[in-house]
Amino acid sequence: MTAADAHRSIDAIWRIEQAKIIAGLARMVRDVGLAEELAQDALVAALERWPATGIPDNPGAWLMATAKHRAIDRLRRAKLIERKHAELGREIDTRQETTAEDLAAALDDDIGDDLLRLVFTACHPVLSTEARVALILRLLCGLTTEEIARAFLVSEPTVAQRIVRAKRTLADARVPFEVPREAERAARLSSVLGVLYLVFNEGYTATAGDDWMRPQLCEEALRLGRILAELAVHEPEVHGLVALMEIQASRARARVGRSGEPILLLEQDRARWDQLLIRRGLAALERAQQLGGELGRARGPYTLQAAIAACHARARTGAETDWARIAALYETLVELTPSPVVELNRAVAVAMAFGPAAGLALVDALIPEPLLEGYHLLPAVRGDLLAKLDRFDEARAECERAASLTRNARERELLLQRAAACARGPAPP
Amino acid sequence: MRVMVVIKANKDTETGAMPDEGLLTEMGKFNEELVKAGMMLAMEGLHPSSRGARVKFSGAKRTVIDGPFTEAKELIAGYWLWQVKSMDEAIEWVKRCPNPTGAESEIEIRQLFETEDFGAEFTPELREQEKRLLAQVAAKS
Repeated sequence: MTAADAHRSIDAIWRIEQAKIIAGLARMVRDVGLAEELAQDALVAALERWPATGIPDNPGAWLMATAKHRAIDRLRRAKLIERKHAELGREIDTRQETTAEDLAAALDDDIGDDLLRLVFTACHPVLSTEARVALILRLLCGLTTEEIARAFLVSEPTVAQRIVRAKRTLADARVPFEVPREAERAARLSSVLGVLYLVFNEGYTATAGDDWMRPQLCEEALRLGRILAELAVHEPEVHGLVALMEIQASRARARVGRSGEPILLLEQDRARWDQLLIRRGLAALERAQQLGGELGRARGPYTLQAAIAACHARARTGAETDWARIAALYETLVELTPSPVVELNRAVAVAMAFGPAAGLALVDALIPEPLLEGYHLLPAVRGDLLAKLDRFDEARAECERAASLTRNARERELLLQRAAACARGPAPP
Repeated sequence: MRVMVVIKANKDTETGAMPDEGLLTEMGKFNEELVKAGMMLAMEGLHPSSRGARVKFSGAKRTVIDGPFTEAKELIAGYWLWQVKSMDEAIEWVKRCPNPTGAESEIEIRQLFETEDFGAEFTPELREQEKRLLAQVAAKS
């Protein structure tokens, strides 16, 4: 094996093992930052040794053992050894009580629990959103500082500093390495899901740059979501988020034209939608709704958004879209998470289902909304609905206003064309 | 990227005999590991080629040949679809696979074609609305 081959293998092994190693170490040393350092030490040792000795049969176990030895050295130096030995001893004692067959399973479970602890810790509310995103990508997805920097179009030192500060914040706040208890679990879980969805959207809605790292973010978020769905099997919203991401990702191939222009949902070639991801998404949605039902919980925001996405995914043609159902789902969503942008989406769905006048009434109610001030889609939607109602002068004014507000050149052109069309009056029959 | 991980057939898989329980358990564990790693997209196992058929093409002519087919190592016994970061990662996982048939066998890893282009997108409803703008512009201009 050449040194280059060995390094590529080590990279791949590292990607597979690193989150588990960091999570296992963090339980041992109770410090995520230190755990990552120790894991890195083990990686360096592997890079030094494996090109000469060959890769061990169980590289994950080798890395973990090496890192644990370093951890014990570190603890000894920190004069914590007695206390920690006692702790490790206790741990071994309890494990010996279980039968040999149980042990392998118990160790597997521990890895799962440790990973879940790591996810919750990396998304702890003492951290800023940016810090949570950076830590998740670094600790759970194993992205390098450089990769994270490229994905978020910021400088490498900025990301590095963000990560260092985040680890220090966790240590200073003495954030326990644990899965939060029932009382705060819901809020903490929603923070975790929020971070994942943010990472996904960062990749999905990227308008700047065509760097490969952007779609990579979608893959990372989806993969982590799928992992989380296995770790927190009984949480409906985890499956809801996975469903939402699977269904959105299913359209990735169809949503961009040859020259990079966005293709609107109803214009997309549905044959290019990824049926495998749609099936996975619908299955995850089913699971979310079933679990929610069993727990007697109302559908959460991700499950509702997934249900809306599923309405589109199920329609074989745009004309088959069940707009009435989408409008009803938006109504539930807007009650749960009031937002003028969601309300605007509801207005469009209502207009599609029940006619432009019904939609316009909802849009008009949004005009005084300060959060939508300067948001070009409000006048764009309003202009569209006014034109459908043959109120062409008002429609033209709204389209021109929308054109002046958008930052997207292609969209501006489109809106100005539409304003001109409104000026000419009704469309020929 | 996605890879198709193809398990090649051998004499044992071609007889249609089910693998023994130990192997099934081991494979089950491995599959679970793949699911827990968030990379397993799909998996299928195939009946022996004796239950398959081939259609040969020669110009306009089509000839149907019923299985079994002889060259076992050219046949496939099953496949996985995985989401991985690199071919190296896929190789690393395949190395961890229990010997899939217990006997001499081979696993082949192939990369799927994929469009890596992602672009701007609005929510479906707003895009629907914009699509109608386009249609109207087209109708009126």
